[in-house]
Amino acid sequence: MGTPAIEIEGLTKDYAVGFWRKKMRRSLDHLSLQVNQGEAFGFLGPNGAGKTTTLKLLMGLIFPTSGSARIQGRSIADIGMHRQIGYMPEQPYFYDYLTARELLDYFARVFGFNRAEREARIQKFLDRVGLTASSDVQLRKFSKGMLQRVGIAQAILHDPQVVFLDEPMSGLDPIGRREVRDIILELKNQGKTIFFSTHILSDAEMLCDRVSVLVGGRLQGVGAPRDIVSMDVQGMEILFEAGAAMSLPAEITGKATHTGDRYRIEVPEADLYVALEKLKNSQARILSVAPLRPSLEDYFLKLVARQKAAAPAPETVSTGVAS
Amino acid sequence: MSSIPGIVAVNTFREAVRDRVLYNLIFFALLMIAAAVLVGGISIGIERDVIVNLGLTAISLFGIIMAIFIGVGLVYKEIEKRTLYSLLAKPVQRWQFLVGKFGGLLLTLVVNTLLMTVGLAIALFYVAHKFESSDATILIAIYFVLLELALITALALFFSCFSSPMLSTLYTLGIYVAGVFAPDIRDIGLFTDNPAIKTVAKCIYYVLPNFHNFNIIAAAAHKEAIPHALIWQNTAYAILYSTVALLAASAVFSGRDLK
Repeated sequence: MGTPAIEIEGLTKDYAVGFWRKKMRRSLDHLSLQVNQGEAFGFLGPNGAGKTTTLKLLMGLIFPTSGSARIQGRSIADIGMHRQIGYMPEQPYFYDYLTARELLDYFARVFGFNRAEREARIQKFLDRVGLTASSDVQLRKFSKGMLQRVGIAQAILHDPQVVFLDEPMSGLDPIGRREVRDIILELKNQGKTIFFSTHILSDAEMLCDRVSVLVGGRLQGVGAPRDIVSMDVQGMEILFEAGAAMSLPAEITGKATHTGDRYRIEVPEADLYVALEKLKNSQARILSVAPLRPSLEDYFLKLVARQKAAAPAPETVSTGVAS
Repeated sequence: MSSIPGIVAVNTFREAVRDRVLYNLIFFALLMIAAAVLVGGISIGIERDVIVNLGLTAISLFGIIMAIFIGVGLVYKEIEKRTLYSLLAKPVQRWQFLVGKFGGLLLTLVVNTLLMTVGLAIALFYVAHKFESSDATILIAIYFVLLELALITALALFFSCFSSPMLSTLYTLGIYVAGVFAPDIRDIGLFTDNPAIKTVAKCIYYVLPNFHNFNIIAAAAHKEAIPHALIWQNTAYAILYSTVALLAASAVFSGRDLK
C-alpha cells in the first residue's frame, strides 16, 4: 500500500484556561490514526469530543501541543500541502456581502485558475450543489442549508485529493442530506479520500469504509462500521402477520410488540427455530427474519457511557472548547 | 492583482464598498458645500485659507476614523465570524492574508481620500475662482495624510491580531495622539537634569510613530513651500514603520490559535 492519505501520530492539544491562563485543559489526547487513500473515513464523537479540534489542527488553524500529522505524505505545516486538500468548516460562514458565485471566484483565484477555468469550475460546482438559481444572491440571504452547500462547493472547487468535512450534514433537511451523501459518494467513486466528522451515525454507517470514535479527546476505536457493530451478537428479529382469529402461544404474544396485525418479536439466536415452529403451527405469516445487530449508535452510546463512568486521568480533562 | 495579498486586498476593498463605508463622502461633500457657501458670505480675503484648512482637516479626520475603526476589526472580525477558516485551509500563508487586509483597507482609504480631494478642489475653485501653482502644496499635504493613514492602518492591524476591537481602538488612538505630540515628549528631557528621565523621553520619542511631521495643513493653507527632503523623509519613515508594524503583526498572528 502506498502513502496513507492522512497519518496522525500522537496529536495532542492543550488549551490554557482561566484568568491567568495557567491551567491547561486537554482537548485532544495523543490521537494516532491512519486513513488510506480513497477511503471514506468517519470521525465520530459527541460534542466536545475533540473532532473539530482535530480538523483545525490538520488545517493549520490551531497548533498542536505535541505530535505530528501528514497529509498525502506532507507535513501539515507545509503550506503546499493545502493545494491537495479541501475543507468545509463546521457551520460554515462566509463573507455575506458576496454572492455564491463571487465567493467561489475569490477562492478559485487563490488557486491561480485563469478566468475561463474559474468560470467553468464555478458553474460546474454551483450545478453540483444545486445553487445555480441562487448563485447571484448575496450570501446574507442564504439559509443554513444553502451555506452548507456553498461550503461543500468551495471545499471541492480545486479538485483536491483529500476532502475534510466538519459535520457536513448538520442543518440540512432530508433532501439536502441526501444530496450531500450523493456528493460524498461521488467523490469517493472518483478515488478521493474523505474524512468527515459527524454525530449522525446512520450517515457514517452508510458512507464510511471505516470510522473512528473519539470521546473526551481520546480515540476509543477504529474499524469498519460492520466490524465495530458485529462485536456483540444480540439475537434475531422476527416480523410476522397474524389475524385476530389466530391463537398465538402466550410466550410469543408476551414478548411481541404489534401495530394492527403486524407483530415484531426478538428471540435469542438459539431459540429461533423453536419460535418459528410455534409461529408456523399458529399459521402466522412470517414476513422477515433478520439478525439483531447493535447499530453504530448503540456502540457509540456505550462508549460514551463507559467514558463518563471512568474518572479522567489527572492531566487530561475533556473540554468544551471545541467539539 | 493575481497574488494572494492582491486577491485578499480586492476583496477587502469590495467589502468596504458594499458595507457602505464610502457613504462618509456624503458628509464630506455636505461639509464642503456648507463651508464654501458660508465662507463666501463672511470671509474677506481668507476664503481660500479657511477652505483649505477645513478641507484638509476633514480629509485627515475622516481618514483616521476609518483607518482606526475599520482597521481594528480587519482580523478580529474574520476570526469571530470564522470566515478566515476556509481561506487559511487553502494555500494561503497568514502573512499574505495580513498584507492583503492591509492593502485592501489602504486602497479603500486612498479611493476615499482621492474623492474627498476632488470635493475640496471643487470647493476651492468655487471660492477662489482659480487654481494656483502653490496649490500643489495641498496635494503634498494630502499625500502626507495618506502616509499617516498607512501607518495608522498598520498599527490598528497589529493590535487587531491579538486584542478585541475596543482595546485595539484604545491602543491605536492612544499611540496616534502620543505620536502627534512626539516632539513635546522629546522636549520633556530639556526641562530636567535627571538623566533617566532624559533617556526615557528620548526612547519614547524614537519608538513612538512621529505623526507630528505628517501634519502640514497650516503650511498648505498659507502656501508655504514644503522642502523635498521632508517628502522623502516622511515617505521612508511611513514605509519603514508600517513594514515593522506588519512584520510584528505577522509574527504574532502566525503563531496564534484561531478559536
